[in-house]
Amino acid sequence: MSLAKRIIPCLDVRDGRVVKGVKFVDIKDAGDPVEVAKRYDRDGADEITFLDITASHENRDTTTHMVEKIAEHVFIPLTVGGGIRKAEDVRSMLNAGADKVAVNSAAIINPELIPALCEEFGSQCIVIAIDAKQVSEQPPRWEIFTHGGRKPTGIDAIQWAVQMTEGDKGAGEVLLTSMDRDGTKDGFDIALTRAVSDAVQVPVIASGGVGNLSHLSVGVTEGGADAVLAASIFHFGEYTIEEAKTAMSKNGIVVRGP
Amino acid sequence: MSNQSIAIVNYGMGNVRSVQKAIEYIAPNDYVFLTDDPGLISDADRVVFPGQGAMGACMKALKEHDLVDVIKSCALEKPFLGICLGLQLLFDHSEENDGTVGLSIIPGNIVKFQINNLKIPHMGWNTVKQLSKHPLWHKIDDNSRFYSVHSYYVQEHNKSVACGLTNYGVDFTCAIAKDNIFAVQFHPEKSQKDGLQLLTNFVNWNN
Repeated sequence: MSLAKRIIPCLDVRDGRVVKGVKFVDIKDAGDPVEVAKRYDRDGADEITFLDITASHENRDTTTHMVEKIAEHVFIPLTVGGGIRKAEDVRSMLNAGADKVAVNSAAIINPELIPALCEEFGSQCIVIAIDAKQVSEQPPRWEIFTHGGRKPTGIDAIQWAVQMTEGDKGAGEVLLTSMDRDGTKDGFDIALTRAVSDAVQVPVIASGGVGNLSHLSVGVTEGGADAVLAASIFHFGEYTIEEAKTAMSKNGIVVRGP
Repeated sequence: MSNQSIAIVNYGMGNVRSVQKAIEYIAPNDYVFLTDDPGLISDADRVVFPGQGAMGACMKALKEHDLVDVIKSCALEKPFLGICLGLQLLFDHSEENDGTVGLSIIPGNIVKFQINNLKIPHMGWNTVKQLSKHPLWHKIDDNSRFYSVHSYYVQEHNKSVACGLTNYGVDFTCAIAKDNIFAVQFHPEKSQKDGLQLLTNFVNWNN
């Protein structure tokens, strides 16, 4: 008996639809977010992440409305991210029914944002989302990239993860995405996941690259992740949440039973 | 029972919408409302006392909203459900924010997890061992998993109030029961089937 490792299906939502593409191109439609979220809740997902990848600002209301609809039917934790820039954005998502809010590029533009949000809303509902890309093999080094992995920032990913989570006003969780692996189905960047997980004191969600069920287990056993996030393997019916849990359980990982 | 009123104490700390939505879902005929009005809380049939964030800020907000007295009286008079920080606030004192005085409704202190190699906060689905029979455990299997997120936990002075136990490096009390008070460290509103069952048990509880 102990804390279970979490499986988190991720809904990338653009213009009101769940979509999935390889490295942000070749986008495929995966359905209505409310219906998809309800299905994952029913199937035993431990949490749901909703990432708004709509670029335009005018669709924010659509997102809020959709989060509200999801929260009316889904009684597992819901994290919402994408385009969160200020306290007001966080408040509107929490009021809509989100439990945690993920902040990504706005934290890079203003490093004081995360401490301010944690002070106002509490660390437990603020997630620092980090998009990292490997820039050197020896010694291994990853940097933060923005704009879907196109724009380097020069910021060291490990140091950034520590900086954004330390102290009383640090984010309560890290959502760590490998931009090298995202959409590739080659598995998580395990070295990156391990380095961040060892460096921070808060839980780490591994993201980017899951192509089969063994990748999920490796993220936990070798990467040290507290939770594993995947999208396409679940969206397109390749695997169910239950199959994922069974596979992880066979590898000795504690999961919340189906 | 239907058409009863259930007040969710809303003093501006954390996400109470989730709690409201979950209770509305399981009790569609009841009047479930968020409020910081002491009069409305006092008049409600049942009171839910959630809380998130830091304990110091929560106590400050309770005082600013003039809610301390009404919480204390409701905790003695009617079905009362504390959730997360709403459990911790019932005790005497917390280590959080360099020491915070609580509501002292139940004797005990809140301390921080100090465990090597374990992530803080304790976040996710953990098992809850039921230490005693209680109407709020009705139809919930022993050792079911509930969702938690917290960095501090309760060390109650009187073990007789302990009603649920979780292990995270250390065994700690995750549910307490005393007369008409039931309080949980985990989030029933986020714990799917078993969490909704616990909320159903609360709205049906005639203590």
